[in-house]
Amino acid sequence: MKIAFSSSGDSLESPFESRFGRCRKFIVLNDADDSVEVVDNTQNLNAAQGAGIQAAQNVANAGVQCVVSGHCGPKAFMTLDAAGIKVYTCESRGSVADALDAFKKGELPQLAGADVNGHWQ
Amino acid sequence: MKVAVASGKGGTGKTTLSVALALSVEEPVSLLDCDVEEPNCHLFLPKHEPMQTREVFVPVPHIDESLCDNCGACARFCQFNAIASLGVKTLVFSDLCHSCGGCAKICPKGAITEMDKLIGKIGSFRIGELFFAGGTLDVGQPISPPLIKEVLKSVPGSRDGLVIVDSPPGTSCPMVAAVSEADFVILVTEPTPFGLHDLKIAVETIREIRKPHCVVINRCDSGDDRVEQYCDKQGIQIALKIPDSRNMAVAYSQGKTMLDAMPEMRPGLESMINNVILQQKRK
Repeated sequence: MKIAFSSSGDSLESPFESRFGRCRKFIVLNDADDSVEVVDNTQNLNAAQGAGIQAAQNVANAGVQCVVSGHCGPKAFMTLDAAGIKVYTCESRGSVADALDAFKKGELPQLAGADVNGHWQ
Repeated sequence: MKVAVASGKGGTGKTTLSVALALSVEEPVSLLDCDVEEPNCHLFLPKHEPMQTREVFVPVPHIDESLCDNCGACARFCQFNAIASLGVKTLVFSDLCHSCGGCAKICPKGAITEMDKLIGKIGSFRIGELFFAGGTLDVGQPISPPLIKEVLKSVPGSRDGLVIVDSPPGTSCPMVAAVSEADFVILVTEPTPFGLHDLKIAVETIREIRKPHCVVINRCDSGDDRVEQYCDKQGIQIALKIPDSRNMAVAYSQGKTMLDAMPEMRPGLESMINNVILQQKRK
C-alpha cells in the first residue's frame, strides 16, 4: 500500500505540512518494502485556484491508496474519493516520520468528508 | 462614450459619484451597475417602473460518460483546474470553469459538450432620459466578469450618448472587465493612507490597459495631502474634490443622492463630465 504525506521537504525527516493542496512535496511511502518516493507538487504553490484538485490528481497518478495531511477541503476530498483514496488527518507539527508513526499506530482519524470549507464559501 | 467610475479601495464613493453624475447630465444617459457582487445604484435612483430582468448563463463542460475513456486530455488542457482526471473517472468543477471551451474542442472522443449554467441576472428600467441596467451575481458564484461583460452590452443599440459604469472595487479581473470598454476612467479615492495605497495600484492597472483617467478625492478635507502630492508628481488631474459631510452620510442612509445632500456640488459634477466629454471629442 502506498501512503502520501504532505510535506515541505523531500524526505521522511522533512517537516510534515498541514496544507494539502499547496504543500511543496508529497512523501510517498510504500509499506510493502518501506521504499520512499517524492511526488512534486510545487506547480500548485502559485495556482490561482483548484490547488486541492490538482494535488489530488498528483497523488492519484502516483498510485497511492491513502493520504495523510492536516486538512482536506470539499473539492480535494471529492477528487480523492473519486480515485478511491482514503484521507487521514494529522495534527502533527513534527516530521513526516512522526506522522508516519502516528499512522502506523492507528492514531489518525479517517475523514468521511471534507473537514474544512472551500475557499469560496 | 463610456466613462467608468472605479477605485482600488472599496467604500470611496464610486456609487455615490456614479449616480450623481448620471442624474446631473441633461442629455440621454445610461447608468450601468457593474458591481455585481454588491449592486446598489438602484437604491439611490428616483421612483421608477418595475425592473425588467433577464438571466445570464455561461457555458460549462458536460461529460458524456458513455463516450469518455478518462484519457485526461481535458484535465491537462484546463489551466483553471476545473477538470480532474483520475484514470477511472473524470470530474468537472463548474464553479472553477472560465468558459473558454477548450476542453470540448480538445476531447479526442467528442465526449464533452457545453451546457449553460445560470450565474446571475440583469435588471433594467428607464426614468425619463436615464436608462439603468445592473447585474446581480448569484450567491456562491465565484466568477463575475462574464456577467459584468453582459451588463456592459445591455445599453439598447438605438441609444447613444453618455454611459456611466459603476465598477466593482479592487484591481483584479472584475474591475478590469468593468473598465475594459471605457473611453475614460474616473478613479475615486480618499485622502487616507489606505486610499493612497490602493489608488497607486489602480493607477498602475489603468496605465497598463492604457485608459485616460483622472482622480476624484472624496471626503477631501479629512486625512492629509499625500494623495494630492502623489497625483501632482504623477501628472494626474484631480478633477473634483468632494468635502466630508455628515449631511451626505445621512442622505446616503436614506437612499438619497449627493445632489440631494450637497446641491452645491452640481456645477462641479457637470463641468467635470463636460470636460471629460470635450477632451475625448478632441481626440
